[in-house]
Amino acid sequence: MQRGESDVPEPHITVNGRPRALGATPAHTNVLDFLRGLGLTGAKEGCAEGECGACAVMVARPEMPGDGDGSRWTPVNACLVPAAALDGQEVVTAEGLGRPDALHPVQAELAQRGGSQCGYCTPGFVCSMAAEYYRPGREDFDLHAIGGNLCRCTGYRPIRDAAAALGAAPADDPFATRCASAAPASVPTRIDGFARPADLAEALALLAEHPEATVVAGSTDWGVEVNLRGRRASHVVAVDRLPELRQLSVGDAIEIGAALTLSEVEAGLGGSVPLLEQVWPLFASRLIRNGATIGGNLGTASPIGDLAPALLALEATLVLASAGGDREVALADYFTGYRETVRRPGELIRSVRIPTPLASHTTFRKISKRRLDDISSVAVGAALDVVDGTVVRARIGLGGVAATPIRALATEAALEGRVWSRATVEEAATVMATEGTPIDDQRASAAYRSAMLGNALRAWWEEAR
Amino acid sequence: MSHLSDRPDDAVVGRALPHESAALHVTGDALYTDDLVVRTPGVLHAHPVSSPHPHARVTRIDTSPALAVAGVVRVLTADDVPGTNDAGVKHDEPLFPEIVMFVGHAVCWVLGETLEAARLGAAAVEVDYEPLPAVVALTEAIAAESFQGGQPVVTRGDVEEGLAGAAHVFSGTTEMAGQEHFYLETHASLALVDEGGQVFVQSSTQHPTETQEIVAHVLGRQSHEITVQCLRMGGGFGGKEMQPHGFAAVAALGATLTGRPVRLRLDRTHDMTMTGKRHGFHAQWRVGFDDDGRFTALEATLTSDGGWNLDLSEPVLARALCHVDNAYWIPHVRVHGRVAHTHKTSQTAFRGFGGPQGMLVIEDVLGRCAPLLGIDPVDLRRRNFYVDGQATPYGQPVRHPERVVAAWDQVLETGEVARRRREVAEFNAAHEHRKRALAVTPLKFGVSFNFTAFNQAGALVHVYKDGSVLINHGGTEMGQGLHTKMLQVAATSLGIPLGRVRLAPTRTDKVPNTSATAASSSADLNGGAVKDACEQILGRLREVDAGRGLAWDDLVREAYFGRVQLWAAGFYRTEGIHWDSTAMQGHPFKYFAYGVAAAEVEVDGFTGAYTTRRVDIVQDVGDSLSPLVDIGQVEGGFAQGVGWLTLEDLRWDETDGPGRGRLTTQSASTYKLPSLGELPGELHVALLEQAHEDGVVYGSKAVGEPPLMLAFCVREALREAAAAFGAEGTSVDLPSPATPEAVFWAVERARTAGPDHVVDGLPGVVPDPPDPSAPALHPTSERSAP
Repeated sequence: MQRGESDVPEPHITVNGRPRALGATPAHTNVLDFLRGLGLTGAKEGCAEGECGACAVMVARPEMPGDGDGSRWTPVNACLVPAAALDGQEVVTAEGLGRPDALHPVQAELAQRGGSQCGYCTPGFVCSMAAEYYRPGREDFDLHAIGGNLCRCTGYRPIRDAAAALGAAPADDPFATRCASAAPASVPTRIDGFARPADLAEALALLAEHPEATVVAGSTDWGVEVNLRGRRASHVVAVDRLPELRQLSVGDAIEIGAALTLSEVEAGLGGSVPLLEQVWPLFASRLIRNGATIGGNLGTASPIGDLAPALLALEATLVLASAGGDREVALADYFTGYRETVRRPGELIRSVRIPTPLASHTTFRKISKRRLDDISSVAVGAALDVVDGTVVRARIGLGGVAATPIRALATEAALEGRVWSRATVEEAATVMATEGTPIDDQRASAAYRSAMLGNALRAWWEEAR
Repeated sequence: MSHLSDRPDDAVVGRALPHESAALHVTGDALYTDDLVVRTPGVLHAHPVSSPHPHARVTRIDTSPALAVAGVVRVLTADDVPGTNDAGVKHDEPLFPEIVMFVGHAVCWVLGETLEAARLGAAAVEVDYEPLPAVVALTEAIAAESFQGGQPVVTRGDVEEGLAGAAHVFSGTTEMAGQEHFYLETHASLALVDEGGQVFVQSSTQHPTETQEIVAHVLGRQSHEITVQCLRMGGGFGGKEMQPHGFAAVAALGATLTGRPVRLRLDRTHDMTMTGKRHGFHAQWRVGFDDDGRFTALEATLTSDGGWNLDLSEPVLARALCHVDNAYWIPHVRVHGRVAHTHKTSQTAFRGFGGPQGMLVIEDVLGRCAPLLGIDPVDLRRRNFYVDGQATPYGQPVRHPERVVAAWDQVLETGEVARRRREVAEFNAAHEHRKRALAVTPLKFGVSFNFTAFNQAGALVHVYKDGSVLINHGGTEMGQGLHTKMLQVAATSLGIPLGRVRLAPTRTDKVPNTSATAASSSADLNGGAVKDACEQILGRLREVDAGRGLAWDDLVREAYFGRVQLWAAGFYRTEGIHWDSTAMQGHPFKYFAYGVAAAEVEVDGFTGAYTTRRVDIVQDVGDSLSPLVDIGQVEGGFAQGVGWLTLEDLRWDETDGPGRGRLTTQSASTYKLPSLGELPGELHVALLEQAHEDGVVYGSKAVGEPPLMLAFCVREALREAAAAFGAEGTSVDLPSPATPEAVFWAVERARTAGPDHVVDGLPGVVPDPPDPSAPALHPTSERSAP
């Protein structure tokens, strides 16, 4: 059946309980502009690149892998997501959470504690906080939930206090009861310039037909290109709900579906990969991790993506799917140049495989100007197998020191076969400081980047002692 | 006690109330300028055509390709300006330039049915440029003697004598970066032509009157034909004091030419690349101390990076020179200032307005010299405080210097500074790779506009027949809680519940000739005006009441039927201030705001990364008008100061490559504000008690800007923590901002006892002497209507 026939609704988003037709909304229009065009001007544009969270809204998403069949309020940056990507989905904004004479508990706490000054960032904070308020099984408020929301006025203390003061949601709270039932299913969407295929086969067929198409999942990278650099695609193919790309299995190898968001991967792995546990809190913000997918982070092939150094250390491989079948590529062989990879037109990343058993000693180090929610100047993922005090195997991935993420092969060689000792670390650190070809830019000097490489090993040793 | 500062029992002022718009903020119902677009039919959208060159002559503009783009309605160029092609008040700021002066400078503007059409139209406009040499770095400008405006000198005594008589003389240079305002709401204007050809401009502006004046002179109209309204701003911080005018004028010009409403909203990258920022400064200094570590003399030359035009650079410089003493008595002083002319955005007002830059110089001097003098920095600062009877270098007596001492003692005691410093020493002895430090710094900040004429304000108070009250005043709301305070002032003055008073948005047709909402003075000034209006009405009502003690509503009704005027225009001007901007002497400030802060930090020697473990603050806000608002200003100002000093890192391409002059940190992904992660683990804020300020509305004091300068304690703690990696007595030269990388290199230098850049003895670094032929500051340099 096609849209327009009796039982198939026109493309629409349910906003604060009310279906709102997408109508002639262009494919590049983001959710934020769509909402504001409806007169829902609570969500604001602060940066248009997912850094400030002023545009945050809640989306009803399926529960985390393994948690059940209900739904979960998931805050995302509305400025990054194409409106068409939310066809058939449910969105709640600050306006929908409460009214001035009937404030939501999150709104009441923020208001009475001085959590708003100019108020411009506030609706975004409200949505991030409300989503955390409804998180299933929440005991304490996880402050990382608002790590992707910037406030220029308050200095954050009253916002932190408001978060800490929140009790449990009442059982009859309508947003809490909503979580008991399933999230809206993914709706195959075809509008001019935007397609959401129903399954992998359809997606691959579309890509074969339009090899120039832009593949998006969470759109956390593409959305920035659209907003800040004016890029427009003739065809956008959304792969983030493809069921074949959303599997997660932990067995002989760990296999992570490429379209799982980083938040979903974090929850699904449940701490089973300690190295990645160190990555999550340092990887952008919760708002970004709720949209960004593991496949997308590798698909963009940014030299400063934070996952690649960790996955290189874990010796991950990628499963690439195409109409001709699947092939498996080691991540170390995947990157070929600045934002270039061996992925062919028409190919999609299906999954990421991490071999087991995992190394005995792992660490992730990220150097950035700001402690949280920043882009790394240097990122280091390292995995060592130490047997009877000797390093038998060393794998180190580096980001931010070359046109692609790289393996620190010389450093690995300097470690393998050596006693895991301060002297070995010191020698290897000297080698590590010469890895890559770091540059001077606005984030850091080349000299600092090199120094940080060596010091990553030294600091790790000191902490592990 | 003066009548103005006298506070009745049961006053509504002094209560800790949430922001008056808090319920609207949290529900998204609060409207900002750009939220009006969807509520206005037929709006056109404006997009700039921006220069890729830092300095170039525009030799050709062809707009016809833009007009061929679907949805493009018109391109605005210099030829369209019916009045004056200038967006400033000094005639050095052409709205449509023939010579572009910075990367991002708008050459012309495209109007489209949609923003997408306007953007594509702007990309289609053909512009030919003839590139000209550009001065980008501040140090390049100093070397090339590229200066603009006056070069004021503040002098007291004889610095040569003071230096000659000193037991210790040190000299050095201090450089500090600027700061992007990064108000969450970018610049926005929405203009439409009203009945009779009047122009109505909604603008996110801190200075509606000046926006009105600039729109009028660009359109060639009289001020009474232009009305500017500011509903509220999503942050201003000084960035919307002078900068909105040109954007409002473009929108107004577009509206008059097309007959349709025109919206001009900058996206973040445009906002960062087109609008001014806090001035970076360069300072050369020589300083003398006696054997006890007391200042004998300070000689310094401060050069600010003004960018491409003067804007507010002269008054910012004047305030920097007036704050170089901070809270310290310096007998002999000669401090001289210059504004560099560079091909960058026009740097402008930013919370503190030069005060922070001036104070950073003296705090840097103290932080670097303390180890060389062998004096604990806490003691060194304390023993140089002003005492009663002393005056600033520009001749204003320092009233209430004992309040700095009181705040200092309170921070030391409640912050358990002595105990914690012992613990810091123990921690440092036990840890090779991590070091802690605890530093304490004071602040003294002068409140009032330096330029005397701006210290006036007006208000309009209506009492309706039902007893409800509506107030208007000249100040704008940008989150600082001014409107909350004004509601409290009105309710207190009239003796009625807060719920009976409402406040209407700031408009130039309600209260004319207003001053900018700036200089921390807006509660003082507008509060005085609101109170005056209320008291006029009360005086009339008292006559009606004639001692009967009627209830408010009954009294109001009776007054109406008795034909008694139930509204009033209030006015206030600050008494007792004067300023000679040529001699740089006078009594420019109504009073000084004081504060003290202590910070404990921990630095990781492997990376230079750091955390702020605990901060203790005592701030003097007089008798607070609104404690929740004031504590919010203290904390927010402190956080913004910490951002400026440690994290926010404006970078310009200073190479000779094709990107020369480009701001390389032009978005939120490259320019980092403090986030929740920078909030200190523990933050204790107290307002100084027994701090009644005589002669100010209800005994209060200003709070907007001063707390930003509490953040020096964090910078000084980082310096001391870096020094702790080296030998005892290591002097650390810490760049500003002290990013993790900057701290890392400081640690490395401390470890290797590298050069600390402080020169011991004469002649040392000799500050550039004042140029006797340089012009003085213009007598009305803080701004004047053209």
